[in-house]
Amino acid sequence: MRESKTDRTFIVFNYIFLTLIALLVLYPLVFVVSASLSNPQYVISGEMWLWPKEFTVEAYEKVFKNKDIINGFINTMKYTVVGTALNVVMTILAAYPLSRKDLKGRGFIMAFMVFTIFFSGGLIPTYLLIRDLGMLNTFWVMIIPNAVAVWNIIIMRTFFQSIPHELQESAMIDGCGNFRILWNIVLPLSFPVIAVMVLFYAVGHWNSYFQALIYLTDQDRFPLQLILRQILIQGQTDDMIQATTESFLAQQLSVEGLKYAVLIVANLPMLLLYPFLQRYFVKGVMIGSLKG
Amino acid sequence: MTNVSENVAVKTLKSEEKKEAKRKARSKRWKSVWRNWELYVLLSPVILYFLVFHYFPLYGLQIAFKDFIASKGILGSPWVGFKHFERFFNSYYFWRLIKNTIGIGVFTLAISFPVPIIIALMLNEVKSLRYKKFVQTVIYAPHFLSTVVVVGMLLLFVKPDGMINQVVRLFGGTPIDFISEPSWFKSLYVFSDVWQTMGWSSIIYIAALAAVDPAQHEAAMIDGASRFQRIIHINIPAIMPTIVILFILNAGSVMAVGFEKVYLMQNDLNMSASDVISTFVYRSGILEAQYSFSAAVGLFNSIINFIMLLMVNQFAKKVNETSLW
Repeated sequence: MRESKTDRTFIVFNYIFLTLIALLVLYPLVFVVSASLSNPQYVISGEMWLWPKEFTVEAYEKVFKNKDIINGFINTMKYTVVGTALNVVMTILAAYPLSRKDLKGRGFIMAFMVFTIFFSGGLIPTYLLIRDLGMLNTFWVMIIPNAVAVWNIIIMRTFFQSIPHELQESAMIDGCGNFRILWNIVLPLSFPVIAVMVLFYAVGHWNSYFQALIYLTDQDRFPLQLILRQILIQGQTDDMIQATTESFLAQQLSVEGLKYAVLIVANLPMLLLYPFLQRYFVKGVMIGSLKG
Repeated sequence: MTNVSENVAVKTLKSEEKKEAKRKARSKRWKSVWRNWELYVLLSPVILYFLVFHYFPLYGLQIAFKDFIASKGILGSPWVGFKHFERFFNSYYFWRLIKNTIGIGVFTLAISFPVPIIIALMLNEVKSLRYKKFVQTVIYAPHFLSTVVVVGMLLLFVKPDGMINQVVRLFGGTPIDFISEPSWFKSLYVFSDVWQTMGWSSIIYIAALAAVDPAQHEAAMIDGASRFQRIIHINIPAIMPTIVILFILNAGSVMAVGFEKVYLMQNDLNMSASDVISTFVYRSGILEAQYSFSAAVGLFNSIINFIMLLMVNQFAKKVNETSLW
């Protein structure tokens, strides 16, 4: 169909608008990548504005030599892997029974969980509880207090409900118990939703700093995000450059480059996983919004 | 519980037949509970988790009305009524906290809420699938960055010799130390928020728009409606329920300004504009160990949040007949 004149103007305007928005989002990201690969001198002087100028990976070498960052990276990996595993298991444990229409007390249990979205004890009573449980400064404080998220239970339950009921019923008639139904019939069909959950939770663990800020004081247990905070926001970079014999000015410059490189390193797993993340995350949002 | 009420129900039945039928039904029901015992086993760790980590803190919230003494525990500490609330209301920082919290919340709502709707409406008009995909891939990306990373980037960009001040200098202006200026705090907070969330928040509207019946558009086109008119008269009404629901949720959390980002952007110089209730609770509670007092402040904030949610919901019900419940 031929577009009318007003429509054509509209379409042109639309493309310009969306392209501008995309550039607005993209530019800071490209800038950080380029800045991390440039001679910091040009970044500070403003001569580097899009592509790397005087390409160098010096900043990355410094980042990978820093033991705080490496340690933070390893800690975050541990928290993410163990935390996500527990999260997904707990979500399945809650979502499967709640997806079964023949479960007595289903409505009550659901309400029991949803209630906690709207009403919570808040920061202080939770902190006191964690303290009294002796969990401060332990590995598990990063895992257990966030063992499961109600919203994700709802998403997973919705998915389980969409599995044809006849499948489970026929297995039941064949004398299959509930554990086996879940393990042999439901879970093998649930790969997409499990993938969504793994990504939801893993990204959450990777990016969280609040939990660590409140419950951890021992630097050895700090996740990467807290180390990042020290470097990027509190400007604690002294110990990273002290070892070198650079002049003061050169040190200032290398700190600059280092910050950009740290940003990239912290997001490396995200960058690598982004194609999957995007696809599955959008899927998750869709499943959630259907019955939310 | 069920057992008792069922016994009562059974007793009131008159005829024997009915009694018999009821008993059968009951035994069937219990049979189904028994048959599904495995499901309750599966649920038990999750229920335990919620009891310990969500319900126990609710019980612990009573320290807001007590003078919490660690050695005496939650129960043993003496009641003091509304002492902590009064102290908070009468303190000189009370109005500053309220003003900052509401200010940041309202400003965020005013900008971060409509932008994704506009983006979704515009994206919906794009015919080229590849172009659409490209724009979506780009604008979703910041959603996956952590708060620390986003604030870290922001600080690098707005510092006196950062990218933004380079541009300011290019146009002959004097560089501004944005992050130390209280007057700039809200803008920095809100615009970095829009940057990070606008793409992701548009997904839900894009999904709603995909469900619009093409026949409506065809009919409107035959009547000579332009694209813009069709957006106004077909697309916007179609996603209105989604908009209202999300507006209720967002408006309800105007006072629940998140701790994470504000805290990271806070410094001694911008404190007058950046101190909000949640950062205050953290400071006085965790850092200064005034447990009862900060629990009271936190409780006050939660109550306000909940009242806001109820009010906005009521309002939406009246004018739009769409509401959360």
